[in-house]
Amino acid sequence: MEFQIPDFYPAAAELFVAGMALLVLLVVSFVRRGATVAYWLTQVTVVGMAAVALLSGRDVGFTFGQMYIDDPLGDFLKLWVALSVLTSLFYGRRYLIDRGLESAEYYLISMFAMLGSMILISAGSLLTVYLGLEMLSLSSYALVAINRDSTQSTEAGMKYFVLGALASGLLLYGISMVYGATQTLNIIDVARALFEQQANRPVLMFGLVFVVAGVGFKMGAVPFHMWLPDVYQGAPTAVTLLIASAPKLAAFAMAFRLLAVGFWDFAQQWQMMLILLAIGSLVIGNLGAIAQTNIKRMLAFSTIGHMGFILLGLASGVVGGERYLADNAYSAALFYVVTYVLTTLASFGMVLLMSRAGFEADQISDFKGLNKRNSWWAAMMSIVMFSMAGIPFFVGFFSKFLVLQFVVATDHVWLAVLAVMMSLIGAFYYLRVVKLMYFDEPLDESPIVAGVGVRLVLSANVLSIAALGLFPNLLMYFCSLVIHGSF
Amino acid sequence: MTGVPYLSLSIWIPIFGGLLTLASGSDRNAGIARVIALITAIAGLAVTLPLFAHFDVASAAMQFQEDAAWIPYMRINYSLGVDGISMPFVLLNSFITLIVIVAGWEVIQTKVAQYMAAFLIMSGLLNGIFSALDGVLFYVFFEASLIPLYLIIGIWGGANRVYAALKFFLYTLLGSLLMLVAFIYLFQHSGGSFSILDWHDLKLSESSQAWIFWAFLLSFAVKVPMWPVHTWLPDAHVEAPTGGSVVLAAIALKLGAYGFLRFSLPIVPDAAQYFAPLMITLSLIAVIYIGFVALVQTDMKKLVAYSSISHMGFVTLGFFMFNQLGVEGALVQMISHGFVSGAMFLCIGVLYDRMHSRQIADYGGVVNRMPKFAALFMLFAMANAGLPATSGFVGEFMVILGAVKFNFWIGFAAAITLIMGAAYTLWMYKRVVFGAVGNSHVAELEDINKREFAFLAVLAVCVLVMGLYPLPITEVMHASVTDLLQHVAAGKL
Repeated sequence: MEFQIPDFYPAAAELFVAGMALLVLLVVSFVRRGATVAYWLTQVTVVGMAAVALLSGRDVGFTFGQMYIDDPLGDFLKLWVALSVLTSLFYGRRYLIDRGLESAEYYLISMFAMLGSMILISAGSLLTVYLGLEMLSLSSYALVAINRDSTQSTEAGMKYFVLGALASGLLLYGISMVYGATQTLNIIDVARALFEQQANRPVLMFGLVFVVAGVGFKMGAVPFHMWLPDVYQGAPTAVTLLIASAPKLAAFAMAFRLLAVGFWDFAQQWQMMLILLAIGSLVIGNLGAIAQTNIKRMLAFSTIGHMGFILLGLASGVVGGERYLADNAYSAALFYVVTYVLTTLASFGMVLLMSRAGFEADQISDFKGLNKRNSWWAAMMSIVMFSMAGIPFFVGFFSKFLVLQFVVATDHVWLAVLAVMMSLIGAFYYLRVVKLMYFDEPLDESPIVAGVGVRLVLSANVLSIAALGLFPNLLMYFCSLVIHGSF
Repeated sequence: MTGVPYLSLSIWIPIFGGLLTLASGSDRNAGIARVIALITAIAGLAVTLPLFAHFDVASAAMQFQEDAAWIPYMRINYSLGVDGISMPFVLLNSFITLIVIVAGWEVIQTKVAQYMAAFLIMSGLLNGIFSALDGVLFYVFFEASLIPLYLIIGIWGGANRVYAALKFFLYTLLGSLLMLVAFIYLFQHSGGSFSILDWHDLKLSESSQAWIFWAFLLSFAVKVPMWPVHTWLPDAHVEAPTGGSVVLAAIALKLGAYGFLRFSLPIVPDAAQYFAPLMITLSLIAVIYIGFVALVQTDMKKLVAYSSISHMGFVTLGFFMFNQLGVEGALVQMISHGFVSGAMFLCIGVLYDRMHSRQIADYGGVVNRMPKFAALFMLFAMANAGLPATSGFVGEFMVILGAVKFNFWIGFAAAITLIMGAAYTLWMYKRVVFGAVGNSHVAELEDINKREFAFLAVLAVCVLVMGLYPLPITEVMHASVTDLLQHVAAGKL
């Protein structure tokens, strides 16, 4: 076989990030105040990555022997990853400095986590999926445990690592079965083998189950959710924000590429599995959130509930063998994921804003009487909470509504009823936060200190939730466009 | 038809005015917030007047229609329009908002800007509910209106306000979420349209009509509220500040009844007819049983709250007899109840501001100290009891006539409410107002000031005019109601 130089162009964004990461590694070894330099270089890298992703990709392109895909979905998600990493690092910086956690390593590892997300998003082969997943996961384990002196933080890191390793093992096991049945690792070839019915179906079904388990773990869907509340609570809030946002985009891409592309001919089967995961996530996520007193933990359970909705969207593609709804249903799930990430950034951004040196503000009761302390931030937090509860005119309503539309279209009216009932339960604990802010007396009267930049960006972030709630059309259209272009 | 988008103005002027009020700042310069709120409320009312003036009473069609694509991706349109059924409520709502702003002028001293803004924003949202012709637009306004009311009850309410606010929110959300599923179902079966008017003409099978009817019923019954899902109302009313109670009673309760007319009856007419006996039974229970419950209340606000449930039972009773008198009577009753219950809560608010008690037992002989107030309160109490020449009488009489036409015994049972209403309202009035001065606190009461006199007098004029000459209102709704009843009678099977 003749050696060919691969076409690097489709992977330009990833190569850029990898190069910059190595450069930063080198630079911070030689400068003083390495953390500050690393912070700014990382932010430049993130912005640069967005620019490269935007400029480099137009149509669908493959490289590295089809192990790598550059398509509109990938570019779109990478832009969102850039946005979320950019804001996460920005919101979290003061928190880290206050606690003496800011270091060059933190930003480097964040950059590698981002790279992992990007590889996962653009994976064209099962091996690339695994590569991206591990890169993302290993970086996340390290980030969660970055506060070495905190038992909570290291415990969370340990839990995350053990369960994550187990999930990776499951996924790898599934991949090996798929390979055994189809003799290929390339996702499109897997789909072709399924379509031509050459493969051994029972083995593939086994493989599918493990693949779904791997996807479920990454998303945090019940029953693979055990790590999520502990990790969200135990990690420093800045890290929680980082692992709650961008990786969800990658997990969506992973689910889409593996299930909707690779296992397309098994859609009926994996839809049933996803529906079960979705029901579990909706029920456990929303019921579990009620009992929480720690806001990070509450948001963790609410994440599980939101994942239930995303899974519902993914599970509503194929009706009785008919597939005409599929790309619209996946667009709905994509819309849900990106708006969810936007809302999550704002919610943890608020938690970060409320915290200060020596004070975590991670109890729900820390929000008591916020309206009396500062009515602007109380209003901002209520917008976030109402949006998560799915109350119009905020974007959370439209993302739920769009997904429900396809759930009903697949004739699963009962599932839609279950989902709305669980949203009702969800409304209870979101409203409780609003209640504390508006109806209760503040516990401490200290003003909220934050830099002008953080205040502006966080306000813009929240107001974008409101603006998208009034005018969601453009984003919906984009989501549908990228799914059409990549499916 | 003029080209001015009156409906959009009636929605967005209060909302933007409310945001402006909110931005106007802290309690240090509360005066600015009050003035902006007042100007907004007046402007909001002014833009609804042309709706009445230019309304074509001969037509049953939607008027002042506006249509624009809002979310083309989901085929959701920003389409507005009013017919004879909804137009009076837009006016009523804008009018009551003005009253509430004036009524809260001096009473509210903390977070003035937020208080005024909440009412203005809610006023805009409520106008949106009454004029939306797109299902999702309706739903969006319907849900969003929960937020300001939740905050109003929770922030400015009484001792048990948190419980009441949460109960109110979750009860109403429960109903409306099921309605959302029904909307999506209708969307799928109408070939992808959220237009309410398209749904009116959509053929539906018997079983799907039944399911949709129940989804709507849960949503609207909670809002009306009908027995047995009424329990949130007394809590919400009692704990809400005066303005909140007024808006709740005068406007928010009408949403459920309006929903029946706009959704249940025309979209699932056969199911509505099939379940009519059930609805009539529930309505009669509300009218009679809740009437007795009202009789034994010791808290004035609770008493009026229960009387509201009883009166709203009359409204649903009128709807589900499917005759002209019944439906029109019910609509008149809704508007009259808007004035009367609003005025009753304002009267109680006047007393509460002075005494900080809602207990009937704490009063007695108020007339000795507050003669002007007692006279006006008397008028509203009489109207609440359905005395002829007040607006309360017209609606109740029409519904009873309609009921007798439908079935004598139902009419007979409904007529009991006239006695019950008189009993609980006038007994309460007697205990509070008449007799010797009850205690030293009452002895120190001061009569109403000019501002209070002004808003009560305006309401008194409305109550009397509507009682003596209801024609302008019945005339407006006549064509639309006739059309609706023909539509229901034709069925969809």
